[in-house]
Amino acid sequence: MVEHRPFTDFIAYAILTLGVFIVAFPVYLALIASTHDAATVVGGHMPASPGSQTLENYYRAVFVGGSRTSREPVANMLINSFVSAIGIALGKIFISILSAYAVVYFRFPFRKTAFWIIFITLMLPVEVRIYPTYKVVADLKMLDTYAGLILPLIASATGTLLFRQFFMTVPDELLEASRIDGAGPFRFFWDTLLPLSITTIAALFVIQFIYGWNQYLWPLLITTKDSMQTIVIGIKKMLVTSDELAEWQLAMATAVLAMLPPVAVVIFMQRLFVRGLVQTEK
Amino acid sequence: MEKSTVFNNRLLPYLLLLPQLVITVVFFYWPASQAIWQSFLREDAFGLVSEFVGLENYQALFAQPEYYRSMLTTVIFSTLVAALSLSIALLFATQADKNLKAAPAYKTLMIWPYAVAPAVAGVLWFFMFQPSLGMLSRPLRGMGLDWNPLLNENHAMILVVMAAVWKQISYNFLFFLAGLQAIPRSVLEAGAIDGARPLRRFWTITFPLLSPTTFFLLVVNIVYVFFDTFGIIDAVTGGGPAGATTTMVYKVYADGRLGGDLGGSAAQSVILMIIVIALTAIQFRYVERKVQY
Amino acid sequence: MANVTLRNVRKTYAGGFEAIKGIDFEVGDGQFCVLVGPSGCGKSTLLRMVAGLETITGGEIDIGGRVVNQIEPADRDIAMVFQNYALYPHMSVYNNMAYGLRNRGMAEAEIKTRVEEAARILELGAMLDRKPRQLSGGQRQRVAMGRAIVRQPKVFLFDEPLSNLDAKLRIAMRVEIRKLQRRLSTTSIYVTHDQLEAMTLADILVVMNGGQVEQIGNPLEIYQKPATTFVASFIGAPPMNLMPLRSDELKSQLTGDIRASAAGILGIRPEDFVISNERGAGGVALGLTVEAIERVGAETFVYGTRQKEEQGVAATPGELPPGEIIVRIPGAVGPAIGERIRVVAAGDKLHLFTADGRKRVG
Repeated sequence: MVEHRPFTDFIAYAILTLGVFIVAFPVYLALIASTHDAATVVGGHMPASPGSQTLENYYRAVFVGGSRTSREPVANMLINSFVSAIGIALGKIFISILSAYAVVYFRFPFRKTAFWIIFITLMLPVEVRIYPTYKVVADLKMLDTYAGLILPLIASATGTLLFRQFFMTVPDELLEASRIDGAGPFRFFWDTLLPLSITTIAALFVIQFIYGWNQYLWPLLITTKDSMQTIVIGIKKMLVTSDELAEWQLAMATAVLAMLPPVAVVIFMQRLFVRGLVQTEK
Repeated sequence: MEKSTVFNNRLLPYLLLLPQLVITVVFFYWPASQAIWQSFLREDAFGLVSEFVGLENYQALFAQPEYYRSMLTTVIFSTLVAALSLSIALLFATQADKNLKAAPAYKTLMIWPYAVAPAVAGVLWFFMFQPSLGMLSRPLRGMGLDWNPLLNENHAMILVVMAAVWKQISYNFLFFLAGLQAIPRSVLEAGAIDGARPLRRFWTITFPLLSPTTFFLLVVNIVYVFFDTFGIIDAVTGGGPAGATTTMVYKVYADGRLGGDLGGSAAQSVILMIIVIALTAIQFRYVERKVQY
Repeated sequence: MANVTLRNVRKTYAGGFEAIKGIDFEVGDGQFCVLVGPSGCGKSTLLRMVAGLETITGGEIDIGGRVVNQIEPADRDIAMVFQNYALYPHMSVYNNMAYGLRNRGMAEAEIKTRVEEAARILELGAMLDRKPRQLSGGQRQRVAMGRAIVRQPKVFLFDEPLSNLDAKLRIAMRVEIRKLQRRLSTTSIYVTHDQLEAMTLADILVVMNGGQVEQIGNPLEIYQKPATTFVASFIGAPPMNLMPLRSDELKSQLTGDIRASAAGILGIRPEDFVISNERGAGGVALGLTVEAIERVGAETFVYGTRQKEEQGVAATPGELPPGEIIVRIPGAVGPAIGERIRVVAAGDKLHLFTADGRKRVG
């Protein structure tokens, strides 16, 4: 604005570039480490430029697995991560759009009660009720299943609140026009409300995909079989043996693979991501 | 705010609510009430017999020096992470809010760490500062510092704080930038005409107008430090060395799993629930006054 | 084609608020009925009760000989044009019009014929594939009309359909709506707060205030013989001048029957004044000090204060400050500000109301 001078612009660029550097540096190191052989990485004198082991490291990480740690290949973990992240995102959207529709567009006894039952779950993150939830899932024979990974994490109020908020902005006259046009609750939902909600659904999907992909404590507890591990758990387990012996170049390749899908979502769907983040956190 | 026109069906709304209510009751209310109930029980080592012991678990908890230590750790950790990540993010956001050509590109480059899993962020930072092979450990040692987060309690805390701050900057940056962009230019222009220099303008106009965002972020950051940093701590230090990075949430996990003290762990869960409910209540008391994004 | 009959229609909200306090009127087949009144008078609520969007808590609404109180909006055979048009934003113009027909299971070929016919009438032919956001305000308005006419309903309901348009377009669309309605001769009920729109469109005008009907009738009749001071000041712009018959200056001038009701309110329309010193038989003369002048070209409005005036009459809306009188004179020539003038009105141009303003006495 008023003081728009080259000098202040220069300072701003300098600070922002420093910020980007701080943000990028750890990831850059991981990328570099994933291109060298084990000895170079462990030796403590890793160069700042890429090495020649890129293909081999990633091939081993994805399809073979570590030799010393005898872990699952990452390909399988990636599948588990995708299934649970997409399952969590879609599951949350499905149950919350329906409940928001009921709460906003119908009047019935115990409407407020139902809303509060859902609303209060905002205050109880999975971390504070971790063992009892584990026990419920175990009793339901859902340990080491996708259902066990997904269902406890889709029960939360964020989606319902988001859709409720969006539905409130849909003009009442659209429902009135639909009713005069002969549409009942199913038709109105399917023909009008759902198409109008597409952006909101997409934004929620982006946020919940990232949320689901990055889950740690819950999958750590309920997956006992290596074949059900998600990639985030996989990295940790690669290092858990004894850090000196861990195959860091494979762990870093895995870390890069673990970051890739959610980071790509943020970068390529930035608008939806920002929208989803700002709206779900309100 | 309510819709004035609605449908009149009687059964349908209940059917629509059913999936969410079932999942919520089974995976939320039932476990949460189990946690409360368990906090009044003591189980034997095999989990075969349990007896009602009243407030004994709570009394035992508050007799434990470790519990007070985890509280103190949580307070130190939260304060450091919230203060650092908020101030660093605000610095970057104010720069990105300037009318720069490359501002959108910088925005993209700043926000993506949000997508990195906390546990992965922990692994990345551990890799940099691992005592023997960490790229940044050598220079520290070269300066005569005996850097070892695996053994030194302060070093461990510093490392966990750095990883947690790094992960949270992007989120705070995004909200600060949105808050800054919501401040009408004309107010700042009026300030400029009234003779306020840029720095003074920031503290007398921008910062007060930004306070709803700051307050909101403060609450969100505290909740973040409480719960989402679990992955970072577990990946970097596992709560050690000697419990130096065991926060309250980490202790719930560690006592229940490693120690097998389910009653004590449940009592800690209940205390945490009360803290979260208080935090959320504070947030919602102020939410009405908050700026709309 | 149908009559619409309202019999003692009432609406009481759960909180006890009475929005509609017993309304009776009938709109004949093919007639254009306009409900007019200030905001909050209940006109929109009443229209929505006819549409079936609000429940009826008392009385009956009858469309084409069938009481529709318990019938869903979709089954009342009505079509409605909303103030904000309520177009489906994600559907093309064609689908916006076709939607209601599809829901009724009409064959696509028949739908196509009807939509194209409506598009031709409304000159929307080139826009059938566009989305509402790609249209101008006037075009959206026409799509909303199109959605109503493709249904070929018994009754059209209009809820302030022109209020989101700019002044020029509003006049153009007003004429178009009237022509269209004449052509289709579909019974119509139209809600507006704009008295000019009401005057120009209506076959039957229903003036409402506070959930009640103030007057029903032909627009000109209502203009010439307003039943209450509310109607007198609401219909006509600028509003009728209303003066309490308390001062001797006025009372002494009145003769005959009018003089008998000495405690009432006297009303004179601005255009019924003439600047003159000659008071005709049975007429009224007033001395004014000119306070302001508005010249709009074809006519001039003179705002003056009466000398020796005590107090005005509380009459909303368009109320004048106590003692202020508006005079409308043709042309652009008028008195100067500060000048003292004398205005007269003929005896047959006087309106007399009871002191509470609820009844016309002459």
